[in-house]
Amino acid sequence: MNSPTTGLTRRATITAGAIAALAGLLAPRMAFADEKQVADEIKKLYGDKAMAEGKIRLDVPEIAENGLVVPINIEVDSPMTEADHVKAVHVFADGNPLPGIVSYSFTPACGKASAATRMRLAQTQNIICIAEMSNGTLHTAKANVKVTIGGCGG
Amino acid sequence: MTTKPTPRVRVPAKAAAGELIEIKTLISHEMESGQRKDAQGKTIPRKIINKFSASFNGKPIFSADWHPAISANPYQSFFYKAAESGEFTFSWKDDDGQEYTARNKLTVG
Repeated sequence: MNSPTTGLTRRATITAGAIAALAGLLAPRMAFADEKQVADEIKKLYGDKAMAEGKIRLDVPEIAENGLVVPINIEVDSPMTEADHVKAVHVFADGNPLPGIVSYSFTPACGKASAATRMRLAQTQNIICIAEMSNGTLHTAKANVKVTIGGCGG
Repeated sequence: MTTKPTPRVRVPAKAAAGELIEIKTLISHEMESGQRKDAQGKTIPRKIINKFSASFNGKPIFSADWHPAISANPYQSFFYKAAESGEFTFSWKDDDGQEYTARNKLTVG
């Protein structure tokens, strides 16, 4: 009865040690944004306005091997007419040193509210996207990206 | 710093009226995030292209505000619904105040 318990404790100790060592290694002298910071940024733009899900197709890889170059493609469902179009799209991340990624502004001349770029992600985190329609309504979408190698080389 | 930013744009030369065309742009730029440190442990100052904008015959059609989280050699693609012949102007604004531009003609019909 004794030995398995000891084994477990030992394993736990080793694991804890390894985690502590890793944390020491990984804890870069860098502060990361968090969900609250992203929420604050959104508040700065739109206050406490209600947001609906849907309408946005946020296309990001589930797993990004290289955090330095992560493709992101956004498409918002809209007829893009003078009366009904997408005005702006803002993209945030909750685990980078800074919460902002990109802000787009669209016009009806675009014909389609879609844009693609490449971003840096420091670690596994959520991508949050807000779309502002011409009638003032807001839509939001969120996706998680698992990052194998962070894109924030020190 | 080491390379002079060179914009590259891929846009069709001809389109039918009402046709949706995809515009793909790329510019060589280090996009120094301001988060990295040099060998002495000093922070390397931020220097990125912070704004990309596109207009057609002088009328703005699309713009993007880039944050330091945008990758080096930033790529940007978007769409445009062809209506008339004219010229695109693409512009990239650098943190240091420089502006890089590219122009492409589009013939509709």
